[in-house]
Amino acid sequence: MIRQEFRILRVDVSTGKGKIVLLGGRNEVAGGSGLAAMLYGRYGLPDKPWDDAAQPLIFAIGPLTGYFPLMSKMVCSFKSNYHNEYTESHAGGRAALSLRFTDLDALVIVGRAKKLSCLAIGTQALELKDASFLRGMDAEGSGKLIRKMFRDGGGHRSIMRIGPAGEGRLAMASINVDTYRHFGRMGGGAVMGAKNIKGILIHGDCDFPVPAGKAYSALYKDIYGKVTSTEMMRKYHNLGTPVNLAGLNDIASLPWNNLQRTADPAIASITGERFADETLLRNGACSGCPVGCIHIGFFREKMAVDNRYHYHQVAYDYEPIFAAGTMLGVTNTFDVLRILEAMEKAGLDAMSAGVALAWATEATARGLIAAKETVLPLAFGDAQAYLQAASHLGSGTTDFYKLLGQGTLRAAAVYGGSEFACVLGQEMAGYATGELFFAAQTLGFRHSHLDTGAYSYDQKNSDKDVHKAVDFLIADEPGRAFLTSMVGCLFARAVYTEEQLAECLAVIGFTGLAGSIPAASEHIRRLRWQVRAATGFSPENFSIPKRFYQVTTWKGPVDGGYMDSLKAEYGRKILELIGTVGITDSGPEKE
Amino acid sequence: MIADTSLPNKPEAPKMKQLTTPRLDQCIGCQSCALACARLVYKKLSWHTAGIRIHSAGGLSTGFVANRCLACDPAPCAEACPTGAFSSRRGGGVIVKADLCIRCGKCLAACPVEGICRDTLGNVYVCLHCGRCVDFCPQNCLEMVAVAGDAEGAA
Repeated sequence: MIRQEFRILRVDVSTGKGKIVLLGGRNEVAGGSGLAAMLYGRYGLPDKPWDDAAQPLIFAIGPLTGYFPLMSKMVCSFKSNYHNEYTESHAGGRAALSLRFTDLDALVIVGRAKKLSCLAIGTQALELKDASFLRGMDAEGSGKLIRKMFRDGGGHRSIMRIGPAGEGRLAMASINVDTYRHFGRMGGGAVMGAKNIKGILIHGDCDFPVPAGKAYSALYKDIYGKVTSTEMMRKYHNLGTPVNLAGLNDIASLPWNNLQRTADPAIASITGERFADETLLRNGACSGCPVGCIHIGFFREKMAVDNRYHYHQVAYDYEPIFAAGTMLGVTNTFDVLRILEAMEKAGLDAMSAGVALAWATEATARGLIAAKETVLPLAFGDAQAYLQAASHLGSGTTDFYKLLGQGTLRAAAVYGGSEFACVLGQEMAGYATGELFFAAQTLGFRHSHLDTGAYSYDQKNSDKDVHKAVDFLIADEPGRAFLTSMVGCLFARAVYTEEQLAECLAVIGFTGLAGSIPAASEHIRRLRWQVRAATGFSPENFSIPKRFYQVTTWKGPVDGGYMDSLKAEYGRKILELIGTVGITDSGPEKE
Repeated sequence: MIADTSLPNKPEAPKMKQLTTPRLDQCIGCQSCALACARLVYKKLSWHTAGIRIHSAGGLSTGFVANRCLACDPAPCAEACPTGAFSSRRGGGVIVKADLCIRCGKCLAACPVEGICRDTLGNVYVCLHCGRCVDFCPQNCLEMVAVAGDAEGAA
């Protein structure tokens, strides 16, 4: 329901008990990203390690979740085992609306369960069940059994779960959300694993009155029309994000073979069109989003000499294809899906896993590692090898893979080869667009290409004006932070302008927030950085590996001096932001 | 041509409409139809207390089903209702008078297809075959079809 206070469920999984907490701060932090940062400021232990039992694992939604189209994502925040700093990851699926209809703005999980367990919450339910029998089970099989463990609301719930990678507390471990979406980045799966939580089920079945009058429904209809009947979202609806593969290859910005090159004629066999023509089985949507950008491909396996087949469904997007395809030199669409499925089952972030295996392949070619480390020889384009390597990586079957699963730079620190590790804070996103992107992702809040508009700036600007570029990043960030506080899909940036968001907030009763979006946006941006700084963030913690200085894009060879200046200036600006904000006082808890 | 004098010379009964789901295999699970019904018909934000509810069947890999009124005629829910809150609707389905409902749940038990939903207070929600959800399906799964009205079956 529309309430100005945040309604939070804090569950201690060491006891299985929860507590409903009401907190203020709506007009300052809005929800989502801002709320998550505020909650970490309240419940987090900045000075303790990421896997301290008392560290919170936070899931937050925004004031518009469920009320408008595409307000369908959830923020997950935690102290990351990747860099031991505060971070966020975002996912769609059913999770956001499930939490909305559980009448919660956020779920905060603290403690460590005594046994591997599943947590189920609902409007009238809080249950922690022993799930020891799920130990080691992959994300797909776990989902099937969790559905059976909790019978109520079948077919209408959200189920988040981890695979072996999360149980093994790998820094590359993701949280699978409703089979086809993920809290992929920064090791959220490991945090669940550290809490001994295999799965989280959210069964939201309550309802709220809509605002009186016709204005709300009219505005909903207007926005629904924009996202379904205009060209604004067609890119995501049609080929989906893989439409970018050919375009980025054309401008020499698509990483190939561990970023040894940025374009390749082989793109012809691995474009968005090829995936759609050959593998696309069907489309899916996050709950509350009529765009339906989820593209689910299939591959089939022959299981006997006779014509006996079984088939598999795998969601694909631009960046998983980059990670399991071009980065590994794999150019068969079905092979890409096979590798992605292996990562999916293990519960690995596909981007990190793909980039890590690309590094391992080059390290093999350079003689730094051999089959005794990788179990089997790795070579660019060898899809069968990557299929097995992905499983080894996710399960940590050897000391080498256990180490690699903690991050490519950690493996490189032991075996050498950090200069060609494609790590920009975390294993890179699939945009080799140039200096600003490389610098911005290195320092980005969650090391996502969507942290900033740098990848887009690189594609449109060839000048080398450091201040103009960094001013662009700084000016652009508050709007993104506000939209991820709503928590809207960032694909909908063109629809949800500041004016549109103000109208949406006002019509459902958040008039105070509607009238203070610029101030709230700036406050949220700064608060997030400050919370991260409290956990140890400093620009000096992150460097740009040598490989990124050797890249050639449509603008020509990367200018190393320009890139260094961008990173230095962006870092300086972030430190300025960190130094000029006070942590939001959410007031006393009302219980 | 010989005139058929056996047919009564009276105006054709008005056409009633039913909500159908002829292309539900195109459903992507966005829930927009359920949200629209709840919002526009029942004045609620909900994906649950609505006349049409979208569920996956055995996980998201196996597609979706729509739980909704199939416009039975006669309607077993109306026959099971002990207080007359449910009555048969002309052209199939039911008309529900909420102020006559005692929230006993017998309508839910009588419905063979889980077409009726009940909230935690016992209030019931059923498709009125008004068609307001149709415009909010981005996949063109839903359709209103005209059926011959049946005056004798009207409430």
